[in-house]
Amino acid sequence: MRPLPLLLASLMLATPAAAQAPLAAQGCVGCHGPNGAGMGSVPGLAGRDRAEMIAQMNAFRANERPATIMGRIARGYTEAEIIASAEYFARQPR
Amino acid sequence: MTQTLLPRRALLAAAPLVAAPSVLKAQTQARLLVIGGGFGGATAANFARRTYPWLDVTLVEPKRSFVTCPYGNLVLAGTRQIGQITHSYDGLRARGVRVIHDWATGIDAAQRRVRLANGETLTYDRLILSPGIALRWGAIEGYDEAASETMPHAWVPGDGAQTLLLRRQLEEMPDGGVVGLAIPANPFRCPPGPYERISMIASYLKRHKPRSKILALDAKEAFSKQGLFQDAWAQLYPGMIEWVPGNRDGKVTKVDARERVLETEFGTQHKVAVANVIPPQSAARIAADAGLTDASGWVPVNPRTFESRVAPGIHVVGDANIPGPMPKSGYVANSTAKQAVASAAALLRGETPPEAVYFNTCYSHVGDEYGISIVGVFRPNAEGTAIAEVQGSGGVSPRGNHPEQRRLEALYADAWYESITKDMFA
Ligand SMILES: Cc1cc2nc3c(=O)[nH]c(=O)nc-3n(C[C@H](O)[C@H](O)[C@H](O)COP(=O)(O)OP(=O)(O)OC[C@H]3O[C@@H](n4cnc5c(N)ncnc54)[C@H](O)[C@@H]3O)c2cc1C
Ligand code: HEC
Repeated sequence: MRPLPLLLASLMLATPAAAQAPLAAQGCVGCHGPNGAGMGSVPGLAGRDRAEMIAQMNAFRANERPATIMGRIARGYTEAEIIASAEYFARQPR
Repeated sequence: MTQTLLPRRALLAAAPLVAAPSVLKAQTQARLLVIGGGFGGATAANFARRTYPWLDVTLVEPKRSFVTCPYGNLVLAGTRQIGQITHSYDGLRARGVRVIHDWATGIDAAQRRVRLANGETLTYDRLILSPGIALRWGAIEGYDEAASETMPHAWVPGDGAQTLLLRRQLEEMPDGGVVGLAIPANPFRCPPGPYERISMIASYLKRHKPRSKILALDAKEAFSKQGLFQDAWAQLYPGMIEWVPGNRDGKVTKVDARERVLETEFGTQHKVAVANVIPPQSAARIAADAGLTDASGWVPVNPRTFESRVAPGIHVVGDANIPGPMPKSGYVANSTAKQAVASAAALLRGETPPEAVYFNTCYSHVGDEYGISIVGVFRPNAEGTAIAEVQGSGGVSPRGNHPEQRRLEALYADAWYESITKDMFA
């Protein structure tokens, strides 16, 4: 596909459909707050670095990062879903 | 290119037509109707408005505010007030959901029409039905609605009166009394709920009436997070809780509400000071009346779209359906409601429903600064015929001596409650 002109691409990003969270990330917001903003003691994901979140998720999956619950969660998602979720949360305002 | 994704009617909505707003609306927007404003329905209405602004969303719910079942057990413990677990529908209204406070009394699946108690008829293009459960009055002999005024169930949210009644009975009970619970066989709403309730009642008794006892009469031989619960009971409430499984005559088959007697299968009569009877359940009445339930009393659904197996256009989410290996929980209602709405939106646009992944966590409070959890991630199988848990994922909190894990999970549970209720109502 031909790359979209910059203006059109940014307009599309601004539409709600394009800004929409992938369905996999919908499971996360029940603890991490609206759009991953964080809630009480549960850390925020909004506006965080995409690569850092992916690395943390991989560490949770491998039991290499201490967690009360994220290991059990992270092992349920595919790599593609983790990347899509991290990209979505990275784009949210902090 | 985004435009071709929209239905023709939604495209018209974008054009600056000059017409009476009501006429314009009726002609130009796809109508999503949601019945039931609880965990499934409120999530569906909110998610639909946030994600698919071209949908016209109406929610039918008789109650003016919603008291959650989750955290109701903390009201029994005395650590939460009922007002802290009561939620308004104003947030949904602000998102553009038309909220009608009434009962849906009938569904005409062929004509895609829903009748309300006030006589009004609503038409829909897609229906999300999340009406929750019905208590099967009479399934335990002598346990009907009148009996629940003396022996509360506190198992459907209602207006909170049932939970407050049980709380008051615990407060009025003398020290040294026995609190009896009757717990049903599977499937029922919230598998760990009765055991969280036992724990929270124990925490209240330990503080205020330490000579009292809890007698938990169960129709089952095993229960959710059993090892974790029983470890905690032994540690926090030694000698206070007796759990009687079904194969040791735990199944309550008859009650005498006036005498406060719970009678089991083999005729043992237990006279108690306070009785909490959680009766067997089925899908809420509207689902049965619409012909959506099977012989089990629950609604069979498509594992990817949650569309009824018998009535196209009706997506049934929440506790009313048959969810395969998933529990009847608020989180599952929330997660599946989003997939159902995404599927409904896709089908309205003539697209294929999205790939599904379902998520559950149930936190339980067991004592002060003591929480435990169970996690499940689920997907439809490759053939799309059933739902299966993702191998190697999920499971329960570790057993053994982990005080920091327990303390943190109690905190995270509170954050879960705030997050999920915002996801529904904000
Ligand atoms: C004590 C207890 C603790 C719990 N704790 C947890 C927990 O910690 N975590 C968790 O995930 N889950 C928990 N649950 C389970 C959770 O409450 C349910 O799974 C969840 O409420 C199911 O959502 P639902 O939408 O199916 O039903 P509900 O949330 O009950 O909503 C159904 C709504 O539909 C309305 N309705 C019914 N019939 C009609 C009609 N004909 N017309 C219009 N409206 C109608 C009702 O008024 C109601 O508001 C707990 C349950 C209990 C009892
Ligand atoms: C049941 C609640 C819950 C859900 C659902 C959940 N998380 Fe978490 N998350 C936590 C908690 C609690 C922590 C802190 C680590 C721990 O104790 O497991 C955390 C930590 C994290 C962290 C590390 C943040 C940091 O700064 O240390 C990331 C990244 C993360 N979660 C991503 C996700 C993603 C992505 C999803 C959805 C696929 C998700 N979480 C779903 C509760 C949850």
